Amino acid sequence: MQKAKAIELDIAVVDGVELNGSWNRMFEPRVISEYDLSVLDSITQIPGAESLGYCYQCGKCTGVCPVDTVGDYSPRKVFRRTQLGISLIDSPDLWLCTTCRNCLRVCPKEVNMINIMPAVREQAVLEGKAPDELLTAFENTARYGNPIGESPRKRADWTKNAGVAVPIMSQRKAPVDVLWFVECYPSYHPRGKEASSALARVFDALSVDYGILGTEEKCAGDSQRMAGERGLFEMLAEHNIKMLSKYTFNQLVVTDPHAYNAFLHEYPKMGGEWPVQHYTQFLAERLNQVHFVKALNKRVTFHDPCYLGRHNGEYEAPRALLAALPGIDLVEMGHCRETSYCCGGGGGGMWMDSFTRDYASERLSERRVKEAIEYGAEILAVSCPYEVPRFEDAVKSTGHDGELQVMDIAELMAYCMGLNEALVLH
Amino acid sequence: MRLAVLLKTVPDLVEELALDEDARTLLFDEMSYVPSEWDDQALEEALIIKEESGAEVTVIAVDTGDVDTMLFTALAKGADYAVKIVGDFDAAMSNWQKARVVADYLGRGDFDAVLSGVQAIDDVDGQLPGLVAGFLGWPHASVITEVRVAGGSHLQLRQEYAGGLVAELETVTPIVVGVQAARKPPRYASVAKVRQVAKSATIDEVEADVAEARLAGVEYVRPVAAGHAEMIEGDIDEVVDRIVAILEERNLLRRA
Ligand code: SF4
Ligand code: SF4
Repeated sequence: MQKAKAIELDIAVVDGVELNGSWNRMFEPRVISEYDLSVLDSITQIPGAESLGYCYQCGKCTGVCPVDTVGDYSPRKVFRRTQLGISLIDSPDLWLCTTCRNCLRVCPKEVNMINIMPAVREQAVLEGKAPDELLTAFENTARYGNPIGESPRKRADWTKNAGVAVPIMSQRKAPVDVLWFVECYPSYHPRGKEASSALARVFDALSVDYGILGTEEKCAGDSQRMAGERGLFEMLAEHNIKMLSKYTFNQLVVTDPHAYNAFLHEYPKMGGEWPVQHYTQFLAERLNQVHFVKALNKRVTFHDPCYLGRHNGEYEAPRALLAALPGIDLVEMGHCRETSYCCGGGGGGMWMDSFTRDYASERLSERRVKEAIEYGAEILAVSCPYEVPRFEDAVKSTGHDGELQVMDIAELMAYCMGLNEALVLH
Repeated sequence: MRLAVLLKTVPDLVEELALDEDARTLLFDEMSYVPSEWDDQALEEALIIKEESGAEVTVIAVDTGDVDTMLFTALAKGADYAVKIVGDFDAAMSNWQKARVVADYLGRGDFDAVLSGVQAIDDVDGQLPGLVAGFLGWPHASVITEVRVAGGSHLQLRQEYAGGLVAELETVTPIVVGVQAARKPPRYASVAKVRQVAKSATIDEVEADVAEARLAGVEYVRPVAAGHAEMIEGDIDEVVDRIVAILEERNLLRRA
């Protein structure tokens, strides 16, 4: 049996000063730490997954991991099970993390699930060990440019019902100030399309000089990357970069925080570098031009999207927009900002609901909806396209139909600007 | 054992069929195409046989448009060779013509078994594998859900019948098999792997002449609806009563 290895250095040299750690280190493993580490090693040697080996079992992550509140899963448990010889590649644990980034916020050892998960999942996908429904989403994305399997030719069809003209770059043939990267759910999902129409009306009212790629756009691919299909992500990124490069614009505006994350951190590595803003950031800078004509008169709470908040540090822009709505009674939930809960859609969770159901007492979205109800909210405001469908389903499945509306911030703005007829109750 | 798997693309039904209502023709060039899902099953079954008994798998497609990605994907999944039959072909090519071209190629090789999807959305009667077998003068079995090598040059097949009956057949080779479903769902080839294979592997191109079509499509029209669905109105009790009444009217329900 292979003996446990010390992770820290025996003697470290810092600025030429030799620091001998032997006085407080245990270099001879005791019986209780004599494990066969071959399984742990097989995971930590995957590039990107090294930091799993740093875990010293403090348990801080377990306290904040949203998945642990509905199941039996946290980074601490992942490490411990792997240490005991259960291969993460074969374990359902591998598919439960939503890459919400809450554990990394508290982990003293920087065990980084945001790097570990995609790396190990990539290996599992190669070995054909991923949940079928996830593979279907991958196949759809590869074939149609969207995970839902909708026709790529219909990607811009939502614009026909937007109520305002939505300029498409290939037809416009002129430089624009803003290129709006719409993304998949805002292009195809019925509620996503309503939010897109609302945002188009707001842009129109603010005379934003913008255009969309229309059928030339494909999924930005960030969640597929986090779910273990890096090759697919790269193929999508190459396509989108090529399409975007055909046009002249000053900045990108994205509807989707996952796309925001990709354009901020991943596309530049592949040669696609443009200034990018989430639509809430873009609108928050233009609040002084907004004319509100209607009061909301509702109690509203806001769910921070993991990829806007924790991943990219933007907590204020959506709140600035909400706070400006006339007649709003804005209430914060206990889990907000850095400690925000997770809707369960990130990291591929969007496409694994049937799989994860077997390992969770309830959906993360259901937990979150119950929290919003506890705070007396009538509207749960969101700013990520995954969230409207997820939370609307959760409102129904938790028996709160009619009590809580899930609305994109763009829809709330359009309503108060008099651009949407009514606050539709779905 | 040398296995050939026939792959083809079919119109993608996620898109509208491109039908010219006036000219009553299908606009084959305006449709997008996807690999036929039954062929995917045939490939999976062949790959399972390969894993079980070390067979060699060759995937074959007639070049009716963009078939390279489909062939590279098959190689990424584990097929050994890919063959593209090239010639003066287009997407309007009939299954009879495809079968003719493929059979000519297969007849020159020494394959022990040919696996094809049992049918396709443009071949709901499942003619293609039967035609290939007919041209070659080989035996043919269709609606197969399992293929196993039974020592030497025999194959064991599992064939599905109506009414839940299953037959186990033993057959000599060479044979053409129409696969209904593989034993396992088709495997996934990651995009990185397909792209890497597309860079490193080669597709063998074989030239062939197209045989003249024996049948010509006269016109393509949308089916005319014969009857309409009855929308049942009312509250849940009324709806349930009406459904029960309909079932009784049609002798589909008997009360004890
Ligand atoms: S990223 Fe989120 S879901 Fe994943 S392990 Fe960390 S806290 Fe849990
Ligand atoms: S917080 Fe970090 S070190 Fe502590 S148990 Fe979790 S993963 Fe391990």
